[in-house]
Amino acid sequence: MRDTPVYVFLVLALVAVASAVGVVAFKSPVRSALSLVLTFFTLALLYFNLGAQLLGISQIMVYAGAIMVLFLFVVMMLRLSGGDRVAEKTDKRLYVAIPLAIALTAVVLIKFVQPLFYMPVTKVGDDYGRPSEIGPALFTTYVWPFEIASVLLLIGVVGSIMLAKRKF
Amino acid sequence: MTDWLEGLDPFALAVIRALLLLVPILVLVPGLIWWERRLLSWMQDRIGPNRVPTLTNAKGRKYRLAGLVQTLFDGLKLFIKEDITPAAIDRKIYFIAPAVALFPAFALGGTMPFGPPEGIWKYLTPVADIDIGILFVLAISSLGVYGVVLAGYASNNKYSLMGGLRASAQLISYELAMGVSLLAIAFAAGSLKMTEFVKTQEAPLWGEFPSFQNWFIFTPFGFVAGVIFFICMVAESNRAPFDLPEAENELIAGYHTEYSSMKFAVFFMGEYAAMFVFSGIFACVFFGGYNVLPVNWGFHAAHAPFGNEAFGLADGANYWLAPAWFLGKTTFFFTVFIWLRATLPRLRYDQLMGLGWKTLLPVAVLNFCLVGVWLILEDMKGARYGWVLALAAGLLVTAVWIAIRNAMPQKTERRKVVLVDPKRAS
Repeated sequence: MRDTPVYVFLVLALVAVASAVGVVAFKSPVRSALSLVLTFFTLALLYFNLGAQLLGISQIMVYAGAIMVLFLFVVMMLRLSGGDRVAEKTDKRLYVAIPLAIALTAVVLIKFVQPLFYMPVTKVGDDYGRPSEIGPALFTTYVWPFEIASVLLLIGVVGSIMLAKRKF
Repeated sequence: MTDWLEGLDPFALAVIRALLLLVPILVLVPGLIWWERRLLSWMQDRIGPNRVPTLTNAKGRKYRLAGLVQTLFDGLKLFIKEDITPAAIDRKIYFIAPAVALFPAFALGGTMPFGPPEGIWKYLTPVADIDIGILFVLAISSLGVYGVVLAGYASNNKYSLMGGLRASAQLISYELAMGVSLLAIAFAAGSLKMTEFVKTQEAPLWGEFPSFQNWFIFTPFGFVAGVIFFICMVAESNRAPFDLPEAENELIAGYHTEYSSMKFAVFFMGEYAAMFVFSGIFACVFFGGYNVLPVNWGFHAAHAPFGNEAFGLADGANYWLAPAWFLGKTTFFFTVFIWLRATLPRLRYDQLMGLGWKTLLPVAVLNFCLVGVWLILEDMKGARYGWVLALAAGLLVTAVWIAIRNAMPQKTERRKVVLVDPKRAS
């Protein structure tokens, strides 16, 4: 696989982080949801950049394409737009929380991120992240976790129907 | 030419490939709109746009160009029309929505090949021959809902919002059946690549007749998947009879009620581009893509008792004019879209949901199971047993369906319509 220039990563990462901040910063719920869509989409592009095609496309199909549509659907149906925006009171504990958060970030950067710069870069094979690699792995080595996860999803579906049918 | 393309920078080559996909679509959209209007009027026993422009020669004789330029003037009209922006809208989202609607329509064709992966065409098509070709189509078509939903929401209009909500429910419902029907084909092709799909279809018909190509539409499972995919494709592009999001007698114009001038034109263009690209994908996946007829010309050129050179020529034409054949097929399926619009009345909302969830999805899943058994049988015994299996499965499904229908109490819907109240009429 051809290496993509580093500025592609930088632009994508910047957009991803900015839209992730937008999710919490926007006052209107619809805009927050849209920022989340953009985050998912740029994350998918980052996965493509790493060569993980199947993961990236699943990210778009499942999160950006299906889950977020339902999310938007709910937000719009609740009419959380225009005047009735979600208002939050400023918490006084925030003044303590912000310095602590900065300190934590500094610790993480020094202790965990800095050593990454000196790590030897490992190259993956051409087939990395392709369907031809992931398929056999899912259905041979990891078939039990895979099947259990699918049963879990089925339980989720049945459970949501049960909840929806219950009369309160 | 091939050497020059080979020597090009990969980025420049990618730009050329993208332009080769986008420019024809952009150029063809006005022509497609003209074709739809003419064909619809012909089917509805009208004349339609047939006189713009009228050219008069020196002797005063008038010529008409069959209304071909009408669409250009319509576009011009949309450009210079007053652009009305309602006051109570969500401004940013309102302006972003048309762009969001246009993006998937064009990106959809990113993995669609319009020429064989040999010689010069290898460099020109598709834009990206990635391993996840068909998943890319599904993912991008699932993004198509955003433009509609956002337009409906941002307009701050009840009817627009309803249109957007209908669109999101409809698109999510039909995506599933579409995905499962394509999955069956991916199973049979043994790959997710669009180019591989077309290559697989060039194999001998049912594994027995090497003079013909095994287009997926000729196999029983491919036929079922093709019908399902076509229905879902019409529903995904919001076209009649699935045009509930813009049902004019219920919702004015649905999600684009509040859009005028160029912003409306962008929605309009996106819809036609999406229809056209979906037609191309349908041609690729089920109808042998860029091959003109389901005939293996190369095999005939090598083995035919006479006329080998003619078959050789046909093989050459099949190769060199590949985009032309592909365009022809795509236009044909686009015509089927128009044909459906002229023929079928719009579905009711419960019918729409019933068709998607209760008919298409179960049939698609059954078909998927059938493909698995077919592939194993074909591997072990040959395609003939596959046909026996397909017939048996078809009979079984029909029998079960009839049994269920007979077991259920027949409910006839009774409706009372009082046209004139007899008490007041006297």
